[in-house]
Amino acid sequence: MLLNIEKLKVEARGEEGWTPILHGVDLQVARGEVVGLIGESGAGKSTLGLAALGFAQGGLRFAGGRVIFDGTDLLQLPERQRRAFRGRRVAYVAQSAAASFNPAWRLLDQFCEGPAIHHTADRAESEAFARQLYAAMHLPDPENFGLRFPHQVSGGQLQRAMVAMAMACKPDLIVFDEPTTALDVTTQIGVLAAIRQAVETTGTAAIYITHDLAVVAQMADRIKVMRHGREVEDAPTRRMIEAPAQDYTRSLWAVRAFRRPPRALPQASAPTISIREVTAGYSALDVLSEVSFDIPRGATVAVVGESGSGKSTTARAITGLLPPRAGSIALNGTPLPPRLAQRGLEQKRAVQMIYQMADTALNPRQTIRQILSRPLQFYLGLTGRAREARLNALMEQIELEPARFLDRLPGELSGGQKQRIGIARALAADPEFIICDEVTSALDQLVAEGILRLLSKVQDETGVSYMFITHDIATVRAIADEVVVMRGGRVMDKGLKAEVLDPPRHAYTRELLASVPQMDPDWLTRRIAEGRIAEGAA
Amino acid sequence: MIRMLKTMPSTAILGVLVIAAYAVIALFAPLLAPHAEAQIVGAQFEPWSAAYPLGTDTLGRDMLSRLIWGARNTVGVALVTTALAFGIGAISGLLAAALGGWVDLALSRLVDVLMAVPALILTLLALSALGPGVANLVVVVAILDSTRVFRLARATAMNVMVMDYVEAAQLRGEGTWWIISREVLPNISAPLIAEFGLRFCFVFLTISALSFLGLGLPPPMADWGAMVRDNAALITFGDITPLMPAACIAVLTVSVNFVVDWMLHRASGLKD
Repeated sequence: MLLNIEKLKVEARGEEGWTPILHGVDLQVARGEVVGLIGESGAGKSTLGLAALGFAQGGLRFAGGRVIFDGTDLLQLPERQRRAFRGRRVAYVAQSAAASFNPAWRLLDQFCEGPAIHHTADRAESEAFARQLYAAMHLPDPENFGLRFPHQVSGGQLQRAMVAMAMACKPDLIVFDEPTTALDVTTQIGVLAAIRQAVETTGTAAIYITHDLAVVAQMADRIKVMRHGREVEDAPTRRMIEAPAQDYTRSLWAVRAFRRPPRALPQASAPTISIREVTAGYSALDVLSEVSFDIPRGATVAVVGESGSGKSTTARAITGLLPPRAGSIALNGTPLPPRLAQRGLEQKRAVQMIYQMADTALNPRQTIRQILSRPLQFYLGLTGRAREARLNALMEQIELEPARFLDRLPGELSGGQKQRIGIARALAADPEFIICDEVTSALDQLVAEGILRLLSKVQDETGVSYMFITHDIATVRAIADEVVVMRGGRVMDKGLKAEVLDPPRHAYTRELLASVPQMDPDWLTRRIAEGRIAEGAA
Repeated sequence: MIRMLKTMPSTAILGVLVIAAYAVIALFAPLLAPHAEAQIVGAQFEPWSAAYPLGTDTLGRDMLSRLIWGARNTVGVALVTTALAFGIGAISGLLAAALGGWVDLALSRLVDVLMAVPALILTLLALSALGPGVANLVVVVAILDSTRVFRLARATAMNVMVMDYVEAAQLRGEGTWWIISREVLPNISAPLIAEFGLRFCFVFLTISALSFLGLGLPPPMADWGAMVRDNAALITFGDITPLMPAACIAVLTVSVNFVVDWMLHRASGLKD
């Protein structure tokens, strides 16, 4: 057994002393084995992963148990000797490569730093090894790739460079902490393939932390499900996916199955929003070129595409924050003035927005009551009792108890609750149209599903139309009526969900769908065999 | 409030107590001081005695009384000046961040020009041109100090302006005033309050320095900086009396900094 974590307890410093966040967790990793750790945020996955390096983040402390790495209990060692293990025997790959590289150093110099510190290889050997790894990971021009600076390569390439760097000292174990969460599906698949390839060729063991089940199914030999700092279930990947033993595990698996019941859309009347030949951009650059599509009354239109495809720019054009250079946008058949400042109060009220990051979408210094009262007063002139009644009704609608939550600050709410307040703020304006910008992508799957159900329910009750910006195909399948596929600022395909997706009508839609990880553990293997990874990863 | 006191470090408690003591002395100066501010009570440079606890100064005025009156003058003028500097600096900084474009460009360049000249020289120049006097002193020092406040307010406000909740307010159709006062200001208040403490110390020292140079508060007003200068001759004779006003300045400055350090610590904790 390479790594044997026994009854590990970790505590966090809180207002009143230390509170446990890991309650005696076991984790075994054999040589060459890949173990997947999954669970919602706050489950203690990252804390457990870092414990494999004998490391506790600031404000945390080890309170019991053992971390035996290749016969040595890391927790008993003084910090200096623990450091000798890190990088050389155990390496760590963080979620954000951009934040983990020093922007002032070339990639190759950073690669060679670890071997130099640990005296495992001289400069020439490390450089040769780096080139070998860069080539194995399908990075462009592996001979000279390392001479670039971090800002000169794409996000997916940088993430692969970080995986290569973790391997610089040929460690026995690598901890991957959500390495592809911040990437597009088409980029993610390239990184996944690179990690898989690197793990297989070097025979290193790995702990793979993620909240995406489909990803972990591709990477891991064995999966451990965690919740609230405890182990829920631990089983080989195939058995875990085919026959999960615990209710909680089954609920995680079931989230992906959420489908909104099919419904008949009210026909005939003019579309809520109609976009005609809109071209828009920043300074000299056109981000959108001749984008046209409609959002029918009471419908949900999903706009999908990778980052940089112009999804969010379309939203900014509709809201008036980025006036289009050409083309027009109409609300209920009446053209909207291009600039926000030229629009009337009613036009502003009709178009509302829900943001991706609920953390930055709510003012941390205002109570929930203040946040929700303002649009009620501003648009509808509600005060006193009438406003209080409407506040309570809104809170009921988003399924949060008014008495418990109205006087809290956003910092005292969970991520999902904050997102619900974001929805309530949009609903407070009594809008006709809401732009949902990646509203579920920062949330765990269970919480995200709750938000999707809530949005569907609200639509059934109020008949509001949604434009749903997302890069997640599972979300599109769950709630969309119509789909618009965008790439490079152009509309590739649009139409009813079934027409666009089943089967994919446009070549790019096909590529997009093929890059979405499936629950089937053989999916990535098949995709690699098809030889389409390098192309998708570029 | 009680919980806040409990978590306060001892240095901050000491600082708060000293500041409170200064405030009481400044407020009740007429009751506390044994003699009037400019009253000549004895001979020049009398030694410490029961009648004159800290002796008399170069004109035969009671040292202790002038120290007490000086608290009112020096601290009061510094407080008014700092408040004015913050009013000008914070509002223009917030406007520059919120409006951007030409407003931001014009205000920022103006501030750059003011900051390009050493502050003390510019102050001396302005005061020589306008003539000494409390009003001139307050306005000149406040305007020059507001440039620092402007830069802090603008920089912190710009970080807040890019937040989604500000965009949400803009989309709702809120005016500039609402966005500045409700969305941005509460989120930059912590660094601004901390800066207020620091700025207060600097203004305090600037006014004392100007008084020492003869361009501060006009005589016969008691002012700690001027008191050091007037009685400096005594130091030659090994008398520590002239250092008393300097000590008053030092103690208040250190105390304010203790409190400011604690506030900065709390402010950085809030960001987590």
